[in-house]
This record gives sequence, C-alpha cells and structure tokens, in this order.
Amino acid sequence: MSLTTTMTDGAQIVKVNAERIDAAMAIQFKEDMRTETESGPDRVILDLSEVQFIDSSGLGAIVAAMKQLGSGRKLDLAGLTPMVEKVFRLTRMDTIFDLYASLSDATAPADANS
Amino acid sequence: MVKTFACSFTATNLDARSGITSVVEELRSLGVPGPRVDEVQIALTEAVNNVVEHAYAGSAPGDVRIRGELHPERLWISIQDAGAPFQAGILPEGRPADVDVPIEDLPEGGFGWFLIRELASQVQYERTDGNNNLSLCFEIQVTGQSADA
Repeated sequence: MSLTTTMTDGAQIVKVNAERIDAAMAIQFKEDMRTETESGPDRVILDLSEVQFIDSSGLGAIVAAMKQLGSGRKLDLAGLTPMVEKVFRLTRMDTIFDLYASLSDATAPADANS
Repeated sequence: MVKTFACSFTATNLDARSGITSVVEELRSLGVPGPRVDEVQIALTEAVNNVVEHAYAGSAPGDVRIRGELHPERLWISIQDAGAPFQAGILPEGRPADVDVPIEDLPEGGFGWFLIRELASQVQYERTDGNNNLSLCFEIQVTGQSADA
C-alpha cells in the first residue's frame, strides 16, 4: 500500500496510490493512515481518484481512519470513481463524509466572495 | 444461449483478489455493461470475503469455487466452499448499518450482507455434502454482440 502526502494551506492531502482498497489491504491502509496523519492540520483530504474498487473492508478502514484522527480533526474524501461512490451511497456513508468530485473541488475556497 | 465460466482459488484475501479479478475480466469480455460488472464485483467480493473470514475461520483455508452462467437477461454466480455452514443454516438478514450515531460509534464493518442483498435480485443458499452453495442472481442486459447470435 502506498500513500503520498502533500501539505497545502490548512489541509493535508493524502493520495491513495492503489487501484483497490479491499480485504487484502484494509488493515495496512488503516495503519498507514495512522502513521501519515499522526500529527498535522485539522483537515485531511483523502484523494481516492486512483481507486477503482473498494469493498466493505476498505470502507470500514476509511471509517476507522476518520475515527483515529480524533475530535476536532476532519477527513474529507475527494475524486471518488463511480464504483467507489456507489459503495458510499448504498451504505449511506456518503452522509458521514464530505465528498468532493475532485481534489481541486476539495481545495477550492469555501466562499468565493470572501 | 447460455455462456458459462468457472474458476477456483484458495480462500485467502490475496488469492480471492486475483480470482475475483478474473471473473470481472470474464464478465467484461462477455459484454456485461461496466456499471453492472461493478455491482456484481461488489456483491461477489462480499460473499467471498465472508467465506475467507467466517466459513474457513479457525481452519486451514480451503477452496472457493465460482461458477457463472450468463443468460440473455440474467447472470447467476454461484460460490461454493467446504467450510462451516451459516449459523442455523440461515443467511444473515443484511440490515443497513446505522449511521445516525456519534462518529466514535460508526460501524467499521457489517456492510457485506446488506450490499449483497441490495445488489443481487435473488439470493439462494443450500448446504449439501458438506459444502455451502450460495447463488446470486443479477438482472443483466448484455451489450455488444447479441446474446442470441
């Protein structure tokens, strides 16, 4: 499993460099996320644009990654492919996370008028 | 015309991944539309994960055998294993996970049967000769060459 971290103004972007987050790598993903996000900005954006497939183990690992950030920190998801988005929608996990179509949407200023 | 395919693999997470990937490639080459292939892949993966995690739990991983039957309007996928039967011989109900809870109480699992039941149009289970036989049906419209050709 490979994760790449980029720091931007006010957010840490973690990109998943894998096509699948499945049962074979869910535990590793959770542990790697713990290492990557141990300290850093309150907002973490998980870039899922390379991920073509996720199963319930992978979904659980993303939920775990959010929980282990602790209170006051936030995990947002960006670049969901249609298949990944479907799993989040079916399980209603799309109501728990803020989902962005792309990384640039996720990092765009929240209020363009400010 | 009915097209069939089959594969088998050892019930480990990594072997399951390559077995499922081969089924997915087969479905694509048979002309099953991409979004339906995704849905079949989700349900099949959850069913196989259950075999790896539960049926062969506490014993050496045995074989998982997958058979597919593609009819003009539906696909049957059967998953066979020689592991432990379902509790009381009954499939889990697959209720949706409760997500209206505080973050620390959010579920990190238990989505599998819900996804299977949500995505498959029929689910059948039989225990015969020490094997679990789970069959999942999906309504499919094959694209590309006609299935009657």
